[in-house]
Amino acid sequence: MRVKALESVLTANGLVDRAALDLLIDTYERRVGPRNGARVVARAWVDSAYKARLIEHADAAIAEFGFGGMQGEHMVVVENTANVHNLVVCTLCSCYPWPVLGLPPVWYKSAPYRSRAVIDPRGVLREFGLELGEEVEVRVWDSTAELRYLVLPERPAGTLAMSETELAALVTRDAMVGVARVTAPRENRQP
Amino acid sequence: MNGIHDMGGMHGMGPIERELDEPVFHHVWEGRVFALRRAMGAWRKWNIDVSRHEVERVPPADYLRMSYYERQLAAFVVLLVRHGFITREELECGQPAPRSAPAAAPALSGAQAAELIARGVPARRSASAAPRYHAGQRVRARNLNPPGHTREPRYVRGKLGLIDRNHGVFVFPDSNAHGLGEKPQHLYSVRFAARELWGDAAAAQDAVYVDLWDDHLEPA
Repeated sequence: MRVKALESVLTANGLVDRAALDLLIDTYERRVGPRNGARVVARAWVDSAYKARLIEHADAAIAEFGFGGMQGEHMVVVENTANVHNLVVCTLCSCYPWPVLGLPPVWYKSAPYRSRAVIDPRGVLREFGLELGEEVEVRVWDSTAELRYLVLPERPAGTLAMSETELAALVTRDAMVGVARVTAPRENRQP
Repeated sequence: MNGIHDMGGMHGMGPIERELDEPVFHHVWEGRVFALRRAMGAWRKWNIDVSRHEVERVPPADYLRMSYYERQLAAFVVLLVRHGFITREELECGQPAPRSAPAAAPALSGAQAAELIARGVPARRSASAAPRYHAGQRVRARNLNPPGHTREPRYVRGKLGLIDRNHGVFVFPDSNAHGLGEKPQHLYSVRFAARELWGDAAAAQDAVYVDLWDDHLEPA
């Protein structure tokens, strides 16, 4: 009820316009979310020149899709390989790349994730169902500035025949934060 | 400030609780708080660093008990009252008090909100300050403990790292949060070996990358 009172007073005093509020909410509830990032990832998987641009100049490469702006003004893309696994956190608050992932889930902003991701990333990943071997280097990116990090997950094996659109459908939010891998559809997996 | 918000490396916070098919906002009021903060930010009475610092100043016990949007709301109300946008009395009754002067300019419109979303608020600056460090250089994160806002987390202070890359010149939040100007300076990704931060129990090959500014670093 307190928020209603707040909004009523600010609106009555001409300090906010409800059209702006509705547009802001609608944008992040319905229009901007991890499907954006999934398209970027799938493009990088099928187009090596695009991938090179994405790693080198993430802002411009992401803007090729028309994505950018608030809380994604300065993007960095970090690539997962067989030997490197990247994980993104904001220990100080909740920094997250909105234009490509939307607003963060509650767990990302929660004390358990923020406190442990930097000191025990392997334990955190295990909790998400991902066990990494000793051959893998874990890199945790703590978003302490206005840089926003997106993980480029590894393309799963058995997906060579899939189209860019089909690949995008496999890419999850969690994989782009670095707490999961992308997995191929069951029928494509090797026995 | 050495506050509860700076929780990297702490123990005892419990398991990570995930929710399947989580909604963007769990309650209508959360969306309204989210949008009101952006709309009121357009008056430019405070910047993002002031706003973050106000959340950090929520008392520790409250900070841990409150949800994310409860903290955001609490900090937002403090800023609104401080800048005279609303009084505690108005907030209590939900009715505007008679004002001597109306709002100085039109509020952020729907079209302007769309533009804000599309453009964002870039923090990179064109100032041509020379970088103090270069990629590959060994540095030490300075042991600073300011009572105000800082983006240098406690867990890296005094630790040795390696400059991974230079991001360019950016607004320095530690001064910008306190009305001391943007003090634009080079910002770097600094790689800290997990063992440097956490000791020998950490995996030898693992690392944490933290974005730090010139003023957070010293040569090592």
